[in-house]
Amino acid sequence: MSQPDTLKTSQAADHELVAAAAGGNFASFEVEKVAFKDKLHRFFHSHPTAAPTIVLLLAILAFSSIVGERFLQPFNMSLILQQVTIIGILGIAQTLIILTAGIDLSVGAIMVLTSVVMGRMSIEVGLPPSAALAIGLLVGALAGFINGQLVTRFRLPPFIVTLGTWNIFFALNLWYSKSETIRSQAIDQAAPLLHWTGKTVELFGAKLSYGSLLMLALFFIVWYALNWTAWGRHVYATGDDPAAARLAGIRTDRVLLSVYVAAGFICAIGAWALIGRIGSVSPQAGMTANLDSITAVVIGGCSLFGGRGAIFGTLIGALIVGVFRNGLALAGVDVLWQEFTIGVLIIVAVGMDQWIRKV
Amino acid sequence: MNNQKMVLEARKLVKRYGHVTALDGADLELHQGEILAVIGDNGAGKSSLIKALSGALVPDSGEILLDGVPISFRSPMDARNAGIETVYQNLAVSPSLNIADNLYLGREKRRPGILGSVFRMLDRKAMHDEAKQKLGELGLLTIQNINQAVETLSGGQRQGVAVARSAAFARHVVIMDEPTAALGVKESRRVLNLIRDVRDKGLSVILISHNMPHVFEVADRIHIHRLGQRIAVIKPDTHTMSEAVAIMTGAMAPDEHQAGAFAA
Repeated sequence: MSQPDTLKTSQAADHELVAAAAGGNFASFEVEKVAFKDKLHRFFHSHPTAAPTIVLLLAILAFSSIVGERFLQPFNMSLILQQVTIIGILGIAQTLIILTAGIDLSVGAIMVLTSVVMGRMSIEVGLPPSAALAIGLLVGALAGFINGQLVTRFRLPPFIVTLGTWNIFFALNLWYSKSETIRSQAIDQAAPLLHWTGKTVELFGAKLSYGSLLMLALFFIVWYALNWTAWGRHVYATGDDPAAARLAGIRTDRVLLSVYVAAGFICAIGAWALIGRIGSVSPQAGMTANLDSITAVVIGGCSLFGGRGAIFGTLIGALIVGVFRNGLALAGVDVLWQEFTIGVLIIVAVGMDQWIRKV
Repeated sequence: MNNQKMVLEARKLVKRYGHVTALDGADLELHQGEILAVIGDNGAGKSSLIKALSGALVPDSGEILLDGVPISFRSPMDARNAGIETVYQNLAVSPSLNIADNLYLGREKRRPGILGSVFRMLDRKAMHDEAKQKLGELGLLTIQNINQAVETLSGGQRQGVAVARSAAFARHVVIMDEPTAALGVKESRRVLNLIRDVRDKGLSVILISHNMPHVFEVADRIHIHRLGQRIAVIKPDTHTMSEAVAIMTGAMAPDEHQAGAFAA
């Protein structure tokens, strides 16, 4: 009947009817399936934050049903936000670098180094806290400038450059701090400004720290810069295809350098949030922050090949990590399974990116 | 011979890379409103010549005149500012950016007032609208969505975006490097039509191509490059394709053919 050539002639008529009906159904199902997959692909392709957002919502849903009431309470939610503040801020810096197809292994070291600079400048040197803070931010920008110069002027791969400066900055940090921790009380007395990021405001039972609010503000600022300024477009173009960007008249070296400086500066803001969060200034703090920031960026849907990804994806990526850590902890699961889960998420996220990148 | 206005002229350009001489006193003349094809064997120095004209390469010596005025380009941006746009063989579009972003890449428009001057805010609406209009002028509005990422377009459409970008911003000259090399038959056809449209807008076009049928179809004059120099300038109606290839490869001296040959 409707099925023409394939099942013809010799078969019995009733047979043919059944086969035709089934075959027709099956065929149309196939077509729809392919179309759906294509649509899904296109959707994820044009909305890089869609996949991580779905994962985040599912995770929240899952944990609220496993852990119960406790998990969804505003207090716990704001706690998660506080827990991801450092990673979130470093993730912003990392996103900028990764968008240019680079990677920055030194973000954690820059943060620790600048936190020590801020602490010692105010406590040991006795500068006013605001000056100490400003010097710390400057040192962060300078550290980024060094990374950027090595990448642009000497054409060294970012991975190697920042692997080197990670060690260098960390050694400088140990040297300058004399491996001593500055106690929280000392900071409270001499430089309360450095603790400002740790202060909280109550909002509907949620305890929002100024550090978290600072992080959110930073996300908005960088989102604006990436999406609403020419500089942002140039960052994407540089990461996407540097040769094409150059031919379009973009001075890619300048863009790269500006990105590394901005990343260093943002890491120094992370240092301020770090001091507020842990209270003291320790040269050993934030040891895992490097890789955690890359984790947040990757889970947030940013492509390690550059040019693809959205800054708010990183916030969502950081929140996913935070939600899994917090939820699994509340559910009483051993810490090692938190690490296990994060590992799985990273691999799934990168696999997802490989699929999405295909046009 | 040349009663037409000269738009772009290169005189005795030289470029050496170590022992290799890419340009060995190369000349080029481009008239107002013409399509000048540049052909030459691999390694003849076409690319170097084009790069010198588009600012991607600084020649060791020689001079370039735009509208009779000597100019020197130190970067592609200089050439663009002077009104010379180039469509590169590898397209120079950014795949993950959308069409409008790509058209304005490197010369983005900012919002008027404080939003633009202090906050550096892009005028997305103006860029979007103008991009649409410019693509429309070139009959490229079959592309449904201007916010579509360029990587979702076909090869011909991408080439269309690249051509549209140069045509939209060029004030004098559009240089196209192998614009049909990666395209199928149908898409090549559209791009060739596009090239004519660009000329008919009053711009002058330099077309670099290996594809002789395409060259002979659209070019007004054909500049033949050999061993780093211009060896001849011919016209499609005075020479055949095989003669052009013979001159290009050195199998035939340019003046063996008397009818249309002229010393430039």
